[in-house]
Amino acid sequence: MKRRVISVIVLNEHGVLSRVVGLFSGRGYNIESLTVAPLDDKEFSRINIVTLGDEKVFEQIIKQLHKLIPTYKVIDSSDFIEKETALVKIALSENFAGLDAILKAYNGSITYSDGEFIIVIASDDAKNIDNFLKTMKKYNPISVVRSGSILMEVK
Amino acid sequence: MKELNGSQMICEALKKENVKVVFGYPGGAALNIYDEIYKQTHFKHILVRHEQAALHSADAYARMSGEVGVAVVTSGPGFTNAVTGLATAYSDSIPLVLISAQVANSLIGTDAFQEIDAIGISRPCVKHNYLVKNIEELPKILKEAFYIATTGRKGPVHIDIPKDVTAAIGVWHYPKEISMKTYKPTYKGNIKQIKKLVSLIKNAQKPLFYLGGGCISSNASKELRELIHFCQIPAVETLMALGTLRNDDKFNLKMAGMHGSYCANIALSECDLLIAVGARFDDRITGKTSEFAKGAKIVHIDIDPSSISKIIEAHFPIVGDIKNVILDILEELKKEDFDNTKYQEWFKTLQRYQQLYPLIYEDSDEVLKPQWVIEECARLAPDARIITDVGQHQMWVAQFYPFNYARQLATSGGQGTMGYSLPAALGAKLAVGEEVVVNFVGDGSFLMNIQELMTASAYDIKVINIILNNSFLGMVRQWQSMFYKERFSNTDLTNQPDFITIAKGFHCKGYNVFNKEEFQKAFKAALESKKTCVLNVAIDRYEDVLPMVPAGGAIYNMILPSYKNKDKK
Ligand SMILES: Cc1ncc(C[n+]2csc(CCOP(=O)(O)OP(=O)(O)O)c2C)c(N)n1
Repeated sequence: MKRRVISVIVLNEHGVLSRVVGLFSGRGYNIESLTVAPLDDKEFSRINIVTLGDEKVFEQIIKQLHKLIPTYKVIDSSDFIEKETALVKIALSENFAGLDAILKAYNGSITYSDGEFIIVIASDDAKNIDNFLKTMKKYNPISVVRSGSILMEVK
Repeated sequence: MKELNGSQMICEALKKENVKVVFGYPGGAALNIYDEIYKQTHFKHILVRHEQAALHSADAYARMSGEVGVAVVTSGPGFTNAVTGLATAYSDSIPLVLISAQVANSLIGTDAFQEIDAIGISRPCVKHNYLVKNIEELPKILKEAFYIATTGRKGPVHIDIPKDVTAAIGVWHYPKEISMKTYKPTYKGNIKQIKKLVSLIKNAQKPLFYLGGGCISSNASKELRELIHFCQIPAVETLMALGTLRNDDKFNLKMAGMHGSYCANIALSECDLLIAVGARFDDRITGKTSEFAKGAKIVHIDIDPSSISKIIEAHFPIVGDIKNVILDILEELKKEDFDNTKYQEWFKTLQRYQQLYPLIYEDSDEVLKPQWVIEECARLAPDARIITDVGQHQMWVAQFYPFNYARQLATSGGQGTMGYSLPAALGAKLAVGEEVVVNFVGDGSFLMNIQELMTASAYDIKVINIILNNSFLGMVRQWQSMFYKERFSNTDLTNQPDFITIAKGFHCKGYNVFNKEEFQKAFKAALESKKTCVLNVAIDRYEDVLPMVPAGGAIYNMILPSYKNKDKK
């Protein structure tokens, strides 16, 4: 199965997200990750979906998304930047050797700290976030959260 | 600026949309709406006896008239009863507007009495739905609902209206026109693609039209007949397309698919250019998809882009309204010097198949054959509007009733909803006035909405119900007999009620029929009667629907009826 990212611009109205998600669940399509937020002018929202499937499935997903009445636009571009965010909570008692270098490599930083733990944050594409989280394992994270992808077309 | 309450707005909108009949059933949350229905004079409200029936009646009203069907139900169980009707209409792309009442906004989400997430439930079985949060948005939503139901690929639209909104007062501003940023169906086919199709037709040796339900909903029957005769290209029809071509049109190879004609299925299998028109490649037509029209270039004309290449890869898609596209094809064809004699060889081969393997049955004088009953009905009431329920009788009607015009048949194709036909027949009758409406129904199906006999007599809606009674859930029995070694698990209906007494109980007329003569007499009496009639016709219990393609098989591998008495040279 291949990975595909699709964005949908929809009218920012009641129930629209469940229409989109229902389309996936009703047809047995995968959703790897999902992010939603209103666009600048608030009339529309952008839904970013990472999905797994084959070409035939992707074609259907795109057509079915088009078919929904509140759908304004389906963006299925291959030229985009993609960012995910991960937050990792680590106890202060851990040995932080090498952390600076890792954060640098992933454009990360420490975003919170108190007497017991720190939280580090990194934003990158999904693959790099995978690697980042793998690397962070050596600090025995207390918890990890990860966002879905947000996308922006570059062409 | 005129101010109205929500219920008045609903009635005003129905008036503006020129709705003549509304089917429904009242209840607590719908009380305000029903109070307005009581006061208004523009449309007739038919009180059905079960909400499912309201939807099926509205659905068949739409199928027969080409207009939009409208139903009103109350919240909770009123709505959930209606869901099967929504699903049925959705599967067959029937324009319908369902207005359901909902508990008041303040109660939504509290598990209040008769509260259910109606919008959540209807979402997968409607083209679009709305929960009306406040009175200001009601006029626009009403207008949009009718617009969406009747444009593009048609379908049911559901509006859920909380009780407080039906009482709230707001400004009545009904939009004249709808323009939606996000919904713009494509009506004109791409002219480049159409030109390409014309050259494909010119280069084909064995072209074939494959007509689906979209031909009917686009009202394109006349144009298609013209195109097919202009090109001299044969056509197969789906169940939903029956009547697009005249039954006796020589280019009509009849229904294709699981119970289609041998000739139609061979034509699909052997053509080199398949022009699918408003058809969606249902698995009941394609059989095993890898074997379907294997050597053919596939052209797919449809108003709904998402139905293209969903099941069978289309090499040449044309998105647009069928009538427009067909007219454009005709125009382009007429510009060229087009030789329509070149498919004669192909057509002769197909005609030979038709002669060798026609749709036949073995008639009998001992026991009534359902096929004979169907043919006899066509002889006695040619041109009647035909409704069917679901099962063997449905397929026999599809095979043996000579459909001659579009919208002559209403049947549940996509869902195969048992219980459809009696309420559908009533809706159909209200749509067609004086015309004769005949409902072919199985003994199993008839019991699923039999209470609608009461609606028929309460409003003097006269239809003729012909129960093709085999004391079996016949279609399931047939599968059990062919694929489950005759283990007739839960399909024997020998203990059936006395349908005649039941008919009389509902103030309808009833006739038991055991032989040909009795059928003719009873049917003539039914034609003359002013009342809805039930003809309980005892047919051969073990008659099968043939030909048949076993599920999942290639459509050219058919179980055929016995041609032993035919000259097969
Ligand atoms: C609501 C519903 N339940 C079950 C089925 C499955 N089903 C399809 S045909 C059939 C038998 C129909 O029997 P009957 O109405 O007596 O018609 P016959 O096949 O005998 O003509 C059944 C149970 C269905 N299509 N719809």
